[in-house]
Amino acid sequence: MTEASLYDQILDFANRANPWPLYEKLRSQPVWQESDGTFVVSTYREIYALMHDPRLSSDMTNLLPQFADRVPPAEGPHSFITTDPPRHDVLRRLAMRQFGPPHRPDLIDKLTPALSAIVAGLIDKIAEKQEVDLVDEVAYPFPVAVICHLLGVPPEDEPKFSAWVNPIVNALARPTPEQAQARDDARQHMSNYMFELAQRRRTEPGDDMISGYVTDDGPDGRLEGGDLFATLMLLLIAGHETTVNLITNGWLTLQRHPDVLERLRTEPRFAIRLVEELLRYEPSVHILPFRTAVADIEIGDTTIRKGHPIAVMLASGNRDPECIPHADRFDPDRADNVHLSFAGGIHYCFGAPLARLEAQIALTQLAKRLHNPRLVADPPPYRPSPVLRGPIHLPIAYESILPS
Amino acid sequence: MTSMRVVVDLTKCEGYAQCAFLAPEAFRMVGDEALMFDPAPPDELQEKVLRAAAACPVQALQVDMADLPTPPPTATVSADGDDRLRHEGRIVIVGASLAGLKAAEQLRAEGFTGKLTMIGDEPEEPYDRPPLSKQVQTGWAASADTTLPRRRDIAADWKLGVAATGLDLEHNFVTLADGQHVGFDRLLIATGVRARPWFVPEEAGLDGVFTIRTRADATGLRERLLAKPRRVLVIGSGFTGSEMASVCVELGIPVTVAEAGPAPLAGALGGVIGRIAADIMREHGVDLRVNTRVDSLQGEDGRLRRALLSDGTTLDVDVAVVALGGIRNVEWLQGSNLAVGMWGVACDAGCRAFDANGLVTDDVFVAGDVARQPQPMFGYQFLAMEHWGNSVTQAQVAAHNMISGKTDRWPHLEVSAFWSLQFGNNIKSVGVPVIADQIAITQGSVDKRQFVAAYGYKGRVVGAVAWNQGKWLDFYEKLIEQAAPFPPPYDMTNPPADPTPVPAEFPAMTYPGRDATVVVTGHDPSERRATLVRGRR
Ligand SMILES: Cc1cc2nc3c(=O)[nH]c(=O)nc-3n(C[C@H](O)[C@H](O)[C@H](O)COP(=O)(O)OP(=O)(O)OC[C@H]3O[C@@H](n4cnc5c(N)ncnc54)[C@H](O)[C@@H]3O)c2cc1C
Repeated sequence: MTEASLYDQILDFANRANPWPLYEKLRSQPVWQESDGTFVVSTYREIYALMHDPRLSSDMTNLLPQFADRVPPAEGPHSFITTDPPRHDVLRRLAMRQFGPPHRPDLIDKLTPALSAIVAGLIDKIAEKQEVDLVDEVAYPFPVAVICHLLGVPPEDEPKFSAWVNPIVNALARPTPEQAQARDDARQHMSNYMFELAQRRRTEPGDDMISGYVTDDGPDGRLEGGDLFATLMLLLIAGHETTVNLITNGWLTLQRHPDVLERLRTEPRFAIRLVEELLRYEPSVHILPFRTAVADIEIGDTTIRKGHPIAVMLASGNRDPECIPHADRFDPDRADNVHLSFAGGIHYCFGAPLARLEAQIALTQLAKRLHNPRLVADPPPYRPSPVLRGPIHLPIAYESILPS
Repeated sequence: MTSMRVVVDLTKCEGYAQCAFLAPEAFRMVGDEALMFDPAPPDELQEKVLRAAAACPVQALQVDMADLPTPPPTATVSADGDDRLRHEGRIVIVGASLAGLKAAEQLRAEGFTGKLTMIGDEPEEPYDRPPLSKQVQTGWAASADTTLPRRRDIAADWKLGVAATGLDLEHNFVTLADGQHVGFDRLLIATGVRARPWFVPEEAGLDGVFTIRTRADATGLRERLLAKPRRVLVIGSGFTGSEMASVCVELGIPVTVAEAGPAPLAGALGGVIGRIAADIMREHGVDLRVNTRVDSLQGEDGRLRRALLSDGTTLDVDVAVVALGGIRNVEWLQGSNLAVGMWGVACDAGCRAFDANGLVTDDVFVAGDVARQPQPMFGYQFLAMEHWGNSVTQAQVAAHNMISGKTDRWPHLEVSAFWSLQFGNNIKSVGVPVIADQIAITQGSVDKRQFVAAYGYKGRVVGAVAWNQGKWLDFYEKLIEQAAPFPPPYDMTNPPADPTPVPAEFPAMTYPGRDATVVVTGHDPSERRATLVRGRR
């Protein structure tokens, strides 16, 4: 047995609460090749260049055969995050058509009052208590309610789909055979569920996104079959999992920086830049675990080999002192905050505007309404995934809840 | 008059649409990735606009300092910097537009606390020109609202509405049209270009004949377009002419484009791309006449009525837009003994002006459209880049060097870039396509109008153009800096139907010494350096 590589150590659950020192060591060399053939890229400039490099591929059929067992079967249905242009561009445009500009430019903007109302309601519910798990009470139910509303997924189905989400998320980085099996089963169940839901919306359309997908033809036609179910699964999962982490990581960071929390209480609009810095400092997505290359890519002194897996270490890039001044300092006043937390290039996070608004609204309201909040445990317990990283629970205590 | 001011650096913008989501009233996507913005969104949108600015992944959105904390100056400590100059020096900037303003902001950002004078012959504070042929003409923004936002307080003495008429380098002062003398320790020349007028003065004076360079031009033209002219004639189909044709189509006004060359945009992007541009124009119903000149413009009672074309036809038109490029504003420098001419004011890579002997000056700097600078990446040719992004980066380098000692000077080594928005297409380019001999489609589909093409000269990459595929250009910029082989010798995702290089078809021009002479490394302006390439790569 060789010694665990830095990447192995990062994937190791034991390091979940504090991977930052490992990232720092990793950055001593922009690209590492793991003994299993994976290339690990951890420095800001190299990550930024890769995101704009047309040799980089998100389509796992471009992996060499010896790596193919690490990812969901290539012949399954695909959404835009696991495809390359030109198919990617069409799938993403079709998905975007029901979500944002140019076709529905003000959907998210118009949602702002509803977002505030949902958070206010969730905080009202914990008024009688003095100690809660912030994940269970706010950070999770809030984005779930929002994505269900947007997509047109019945909120009462949450227990059903949450049981499928975990096996899928847990198998993101380097699944064991059992994890891979559980993931594939969950995907099958979820796909069937989406199929039924889409059928229902076809006959009784509402103004939700799923209804749009199954009834509205744009210049590119319509999302259909496996593409539709894969896209819906992606939107449902990515539409809340990452935001839960953003809100939870955000609150944790605020409690660790009381002066900043105080500014959020008092300074109007402070949340705008605060959330940008939170995204940089404690991103929800730490790693893009599976990219590959359709040609050899030379970066720095290394050549990333065609067809090998590439792990892109977004969170590490965000703290690269070569490009980000005082990178390890949490500084909401930072100018020109160009973090990598939503990736970049054509795969830039689809739901980023929604995630930003949700975090801005949730954190502001929590700051204004929780009287004397404190952490019950620091560090809190973390979720298993090294990819979508965040606390699984965030127990907090407070004296009272102030009126909104 | 207290509304916010906004400008988007569309050279940087990659079309992520975050602003259009978060402040849809102020930012609008056209197609997948082209952006239109309101340069003066109403006050009630302030919070949304700040949200949009914070969210921009490439930080391309600039808002007034209003409501933003002013960051402390990032004074660079220079080894042999002239501290007195930094603290008490007098700096004069002639030309109060994009380059002038950006230089002023950079000076203050770097801790210049001396006296700063801004001289401009236009009556207005610096404003943004690109919207004048785009959202101003379609009516989405008002010409009067294009004032550039200030990133910081530049504490300048403004002399607006008065032209500089002379420069005395023996005693270091600028003469103004009103007779004033303004002395300086450092001077920045940023007088840009003016529109080339129609060549027959009596015809140019007809009511209905327009150029577009200034706010007043744009206002007048917009009024005329609102009056529903029978037909608009666009003379010249470079970027401005093509954008105007697109505006007419959007407004439902019949439009004829007369182009003396073989295709639209051919001067900047070559004949291969020009033919694609021509197809697009015709698909949108533009009456495009290539290899056709306008012989004369005819009027009645002082108003434009007709145009005679070299193809023998006569057109009934009420409006003619003369889009024949620019003339550099150098006349005021005639007696100065600087190296000026129709190509602009020559300067070194650090923006220091050359005198007529070809000796570099130490106290006179040049930036923006009027500057003609050697391009180390392109055989050290002197080129003037009339692009927005170039004005900004050049102004920043010039400002830095004005107050820095000689061991601390920066070379201006940015890869030139520009954008244009026409017929719903986002066209972006990097490098210097005009020097290329070949072009190859490298990604995507020309038929779908979603592609990237690389330009090569003698087997290396010198430029690229993206058609609704702007997110890839960062990659090509690096190829250009590295003098990478052309055509790029590897597979890419989204391969084109035919990647074979073909002649780029630029109008014949002679450029001496186009071989790769250097490769450029480094990222921040302070670290960018050129290294000579020995022999052929
Ligand atoms: C209609 C239009 C559309 C454009 N669209 C694009 C685009 O899509 N993409 C792109 O990259 N670029 C575009 N540009 C180009 C871009 O606007 C210019 O590159 C930029 O304005 C150059 O800035 P500058 O400060 O160097 O010069 P200018 O903006 O020309 O400013 C020079 C200033 O100096 C003044 N001046 C001149 N002589 C004197 C004197 N003797 N004394 C005092 N003042 C003087 C002038 O009046 C003017 O105010 C466009 C330009 C126009 C006109």
